[in-house]
Amino acid sequence: MGRDLPGRLPVEFAYTGGPSFADYLRVAAPELLPGRRPLPPSGALGDLAPHGTTIVAMTYAGGVLLAGDRRATMGNLIAQRDIRKVFPADTYSAIAFAGTAGIGLELMRLFRVELEHYEKIEGTSLSLPAKANRLAAMVRDNLGAAIQGLAVVPLFTGYDPTAADPATAGRIYSYDVTGGPYEERDFHAVGSGSLFAKSALKKRYSRDVDADGAVRLAVESLYDAAEDDTATGGPDLARSIFPIVALVDADGFRELPEEDVAAVVRSVVEERMQHPGG
Amino acid sequence: MTMPFYASPEQLMRDKSEYARKGIARGRSVVVLTYADGVLFVAENVSTALHKVAEIYDRIGFAAVGRYNEFENLRKAGVRYADVQGYANNRADVRGLGLANVYAQALGTLFTEQPKPFEVEVCVAEVGDSPQRDQLYRLTYDGSVGDEPGYVAMGGQADAISAVLRDRHREDMTLAEALRLAVDALSGTGAERRELTASQLEVAVLDRRRSGRTFRRITGAALDELVAQGTPAEAPADAGAPADAGEPAGESAGAADAESTGKAAEKDTGKSDEAGGEKPAGDADDK
Repeated sequence: MGRDLPGRLPVEFAYTGGPSFADYLRVAAPELLPGRRPLPPSGALGDLAPHGTTIVAMTYAGGVLLAGDRRATMGNLIAQRDIRKVFPADTYSAIAFAGTAGIGLELMRLFRVELEHYEKIEGTSLSLPAKANRLAAMVRDNLGAAIQGLAVVPLFTGYDPTAADPATAGRIYSYDVTGGPYEERDFHAVGSGSLFAKSALKKRYSRDVDADGAVRLAVESLYDAAEDDTATGGPDLARSIFPIVALVDADGFRELPEEDVAAVVRSVVEERMQHPGG
Repeated sequence: MTMPFYASPEQLMRDKSEYARKGIARGRSVVVLTYADGVLFVAENVSTALHKVAEIYDRIGFAAVGRYNEFENLRKAGVRYADVQGYANNRADVRGLGLANVYAQALGTLFTEQPKPFEVEVCVAEVGDSPQRDQLYRLTYDGSVGDEPGYVAMGGQADAISAVLRDRHREDMTLAEALRLAVDALSGTGAERRELTASQLEVAVLDRRRSGRTFRRITGAALDELVAQGTPAEAPADAGAPADAGEPAGESAGAADAESTGKAAEKDTGKSDEAGGEKPAGDADDK
């Protein structure tokens, strides 16, 4: 890339653009951007790659929760039992995806670097709605691939430290393949099992639920999704594979330790032994 | 008389060097040193927005002296370089040495190609698993790189500050001890001595105990507390340094105590008058 040629400054010194990492990559290393790769002219590519499935999010008193099952499927096959689809985005936000696994993971990584890059260059964080907007631009960049079957839909949650009332500072932003963001109230789900997860939440959710209650609701809704959607993984007690549950509140992002999730999962399964419908 | 159109390369480089050195010498100094749990950055900087010390990546920090717009450009370029490396490879693959080389290349190019060299001095610090594995690289305006053991001082009084650090720096210092040493060194010696307070300092660390992003700034109440912590242990070692204003406040219970503290302070001042003879001048600088 001409880095060591005498008399020329490397691209990172010559760049005069703004604090967006994705914009910088477009100039410095476009091959690293997901939306820039040539795709075959036609045909559905959806069956080529594994798909991640169900993600749920809900606000609770003082924060917001984001949780996902662990399954990735390829057609009728289970491609991976323990894929991770929920990630910290930065101190006050979390992100997860449903859809084509490879592109989804790349989007997660790019978005995390985007936020961190802005923070380092500007010395301050983006506001929560601005983070949601940045993500929309990245989802939109993938539209060409999405039309050919390689769609990715993220779900973005965050705690807004500038909110007037800390109790209602949790925010949920959803997206479609053309971008977004759409701010959701109370709860939302994406992915193949989202219909069932949302139905479960609709009947059980209340706004004044606390963090523990929200965790239980999330585990139950994922259980319901797994019961009716083959692509959503239920809790795998034999292999100790449990959903990933992330909470974002005034203290920032934290992922619930596996043993805590396991305890909730066991108690939900126990209850379902008596009442299969929940 | 005609203008000489020819200047020898030696002359050109000498002029540029002198120009850059003068610019750097005008600025206030920065100290970077290793301590038991990481790498400490201390800059004399009254601004809370225009930083001299910054985060580059998980385990890499940046400190600079000189012209703000010039080292700010270098800092941003460093963040871009590191973020691309980390994104294309892995976060663990971003190393301080790589960044130091990129800076050296750029500064060298700028020094030879541009009519005006950058008036900056930069330190790239990478925190390791132990103080022995910390790496401090010092880069100067012409692109030369130095791998410094344990501490780096840059800016106007770099030589005097280095001398203090050379004598007293140890790798097993606590954070409070390291900060006290850095502040003491930055405060200068003899006639030039002025006491720096927390509000004049920009302090940050790369904390080796943390995973992921190890850089954090120490500001506000946490900094006040840390400065106060370091003070009592070091005060007796340095007769010329009267205790910071904050120190006796919590301790003096009664009038008698206050009086004796006052006397001690008087004694100290007397001593330093004998030793340096320039104390009033130093006091005037305090403002």
